[in-house]
Amino acid sequence: MWKDLPLYPEQASTIAQPVDLLYFFLIAVSAFFALVISVLIVIFASKYRKSRPDAKSAHIEGSTLLEVIWTVIPLGLTMVMFAWGTILFFDQARMPADALEFTVTGKQWMWKVQHPTGQREINDLHVPIGKPCRLTMTSEDVIHSYYIPAFRTKQDVVAGRYSELWFEASKLGTYDIYCAEYCGTEHSKMVGKVTVMTQQDYEMWLSGAVANETPVQAGERLFTAMRCITCHNSTSTARGPDLTGQFGKDVRLASGASVNFDAEYVRESILNPAAKTVEGFQAGLMPTYQGQLKEEDILSLIAYLKTLGADKSAQGAAAK
Amino acid sequence: MSSTLHTPAQHASATKGAKERDTYLTADYGWKSWLFTVDHKRIAVLYLISIMVFFLIGGTFALLMRAELMTAKGDLFEAETYNKLFTMHGVVMIFFFLIPSIPAVLGNFLVPIMIGTKDLAFPKINLLSWYIYLVGGGATLYVAITGGLDTGWTFYAPYSSTYANTNVAAAAIAVFITGFSSILTGLNFIVTIHKMRAPGMTWFRMPLFLWAQYATSLIMILGTPVLAITVMLLALERTFHIGIFDPALGGDPVLFQHLFWFYSHPAVYIMILPGMGVISEIVACFSRKRMFGYHFIAFSSLAIAIFGFVVWGHHMFVSGQSAYAGFVFSFLTMLVAIPSAVKVFNWIATLYKGQVSLETPMLYALGFIGLFTIGGVTGLFLAVMGLDRHVHDTYFVVAHFHYVMVGGMVMAFMGGMHFWWSKMFGRKYPEAMGQFAAVVIFVGFNFTFFPQFILGYMGMPRRYHQYNDEFTALNVLSSAGATILGTGFLMTIVYFLWSLKWGQKAPQNQWDAKGLEWEKAQSPPPTFNFEDGERIVVTEDAYAYTYEESHTGSGHEVKK
Ligand code: HEC
Ligand SMILES: [Cu+2]
Ligand SMILES: [Cu+2]
Repeated sequence: MWKDLPLYPEQASTIAQPVDLLYFFLIAVSAFFALVISVLIVIFASKYRKSRPDAKSAHIEGSTLLEVIWTVIPLGLTMVMFAWGTILFFDQARMPADALEFTVTGKQWMWKVQHPTGQREINDLHVPIGKPCRLTMTSEDVIHSYYIPAFRTKQDVVAGRYSELWFEASKLGTYDIYCAEYCGTEHSKMVGKVTVMTQQDYEMWLSGAVANETPVQAGERLFTAMRCITCHNSTSTARGPDLTGQFGKDVRLASGASVNFDAEYVRESILNPAAKTVEGFQAGLMPTYQGQLKEEDILSLIAYLKTLGADKSAQGAAAK
Repeated sequence: MSSTLHTPAQHASATKGAKERDTYLTADYGWKSWLFTVDHKRIAVLYLISIMVFFLIGGTFALLMRAELMTAKGDLFEAETYNKLFTMHGVVMIFFFLIPSIPAVLGNFLVPIMIGTKDLAFPKINLLSWYIYLVGGGATLYVAITGGLDTGWTFYAPYSSTYANTNVAAAAIAVFITGFSSILTGLNFIVTIHKMRAPGMTWFRMPLFLWAQYATSLIMILGTPVLAITVMLLALERTFHIGIFDPALGGDPVLFQHLFWFYSHPAVYIMILPGMGVISEIVACFSRKRMFGYHFIAFSSLAIAIFGFVVWGHHMFVSGQSAYAGFVFSFLTMLVAIPSAVKVFNWIATLYKGQVSLETPMLYALGFIGLFTIGGVTGLFLAVMGLDRHVHDTYFVVAHFHYVMVGGMVMAFMGGMHFWWSKMFGRKYPEAMGQFAAVVIFVGFNFTFFPQFILGYMGMPRRYHQYNDEFTALNVLSSAGATILGTGFLMTIVYFLWSLKWGQKAPQNQWDAKGLEWEKAQSPPPTFNFEDGERIVVTEDAYAYTYEESHTGSGHEVKK
């Protein structure tokens, strides 16, 4: 019977067990207090049951010592919970360096996923076991939330910004993906399955699926097709800044401030170039690509700019 | 407030025999005497009737939802209808039942009597607040009838501001309007408690119910304007496409969440603090004992009100808010849990060496302590960031806040209504029925909401019209519990109404309780609360159950 009514979902990622452990700790503390409180209520309510109509209670004003005790003990316990939970959370907030990079775009009411190698899928996700996977996510419309209970992880997916999520699957099988943030009529149908496969099966699956361009290839194509390259190249007459090797560095702006060249910044530069002007370049020269590039295209361009300068050959290609 | 103020009621009472003095209920007849009344007690009754109407509406929505969730497939309603049901359930229950329940009904009725005065500081503003509430409520019903609302009670942008096809602007305006009724009530209570306490009613002689009302009022006047601004901005963006929250217009959707929760977290305390005040009164009376750690309970109300304003980010750990902000919010949330725990321990310590009796109000109070404890500790699960990543936006959250709101606030409201029923209407409710219904409600409540904790940890997201088969068993259990719970509430409403006419006549002090409302005011009280011309002077602490001779006071009375 207990088999049919499990108390926690499958533990299918490396953090599932640590999260459950913390959960059990909190349950133990809660159950302890709930028990103490209900036992005391029952004992007091029966032992001090009103005996005669005119019986008087003891006169007790209070006790500072007791107040201190029942302030300090719960405080100490909550601090343990806080520290433990925070460490777990930060482990998940820090992205591993060597992860497989997926992109996820949410829209009413589906999840569009692209693999590092270019394959696309809708709602479902296939991942290899034992490999950190990093999802860079955005939304085309309202807020969604990518939730995999078996991995104990979730992250809101917000239009206009990139959110990130990573996990390392630790158990083969198929698990549910839900949208956890209410997003309109078919919210409860914005669901899918994640399949955890062995590395071998994953590669088989990849070769079976129609391989599109990888995000980096698509980005490279767009960089030429959308004429970015006419302004952004390393020639001396270039009208725009050279983007080679920029990703992750700080950029000085005309205003004197500086800004980190990250995904959000690239996105803003493409959709709203006037927002920040690079020092030494003409404001208003770069056209906005609002409405011409889809969210996935921008994700591809970002993927491409990340690789630009990371290896020298790509740098050469951009300069040509 | 001078003695030159004479109403027809007073003249009438002078001619009648001492036995049949006029009460606030019989002082005047006809609908005008109700709709234009400035008597805080009549306004409390008007509020009571209106919030009960909304409670029944909101409860009906809840039962319809639970009916849909009996099966995994979304087969009873269309997805859109289901979304409207949970939205309207939330909006109606929170803004039109929970927030006004204890303050506007019990608070309105009791605050002036408990401090020994004739009325609130601004009786007309008090009436105005009820009218504003009605306008807001009417507008909400208009929205419900003309197509409903499907944004969830949280109104998250940009869904609400751009994508929803329902009448969001009208709903936003309804919430905007209703906010003013709580601001006015809060203002009235604060001024009244500051300025109109009877001689001798020092701050630390006030019943703890008043401390709770005071703390609640602070939140109402400081927090509600932020909600008003937020929904106004939402309506502006929706109507005029001014980019505030929608990224497509250059806005920031996470900003909406910050503004919304800046009000709505403290609003949780608007919904629970008054309940805690009621519990303090009941526990003291039915243990026949002074409240253990009076000062700690009083100050914990203020601490909750203040700290409650700096923890809103715990609703947003996975929203895209910075992890460092999350760190601070998680820490502060741990701190705000402590004063609530302190209250629970003090209530229990009050039972120690008391003379405990278990009439209906006390059953609700003890039920409150247990359920609120569960609601409180499960709040910690959500405030711990590493766990919240998993349980956020699942049924775990739904279960948690129903333990606090229904297991806490509604139980306290029920307890308070039973405790002061004879004071309000002069009749006793049937005690055995009351105890029976209290047990039914307690059992039904746990059947309804406990399974939802498990559902949540298993990963069932909230606001799902259809769900995976594996969740069916627990959902059926929950729906079955809801019918028990609903039956309990209906029973209560029926015997309360029955008692108005057929209930046993109550003496002035049904519970032999301490407090001005019991010791000095008849049941029901006359229009100006106390005997004509009687000057109320307070000579003893609240809850003087254990002092030698209660009426001459004790060694504690003179502090000079
Ligand atoms: C007409 C010339 C022109 C075109 C075409 C153009 N840009 Fe730009 N871009 C500029 C200029 C000039 C700047 C610097 C001034 C500024 O920041 O507005 C700039 C700035 C940028 C920056 C910020 C650079 C830094 O070092 O901080 C990025 C990123 C960028 N562009 C990406 C693109 C992409 C991607 C495309 C194609 C989709 C593109 N640009 C097309 C002229 C252009
Ligand atoms: Cu959704
Ligand atoms: Cu909160």
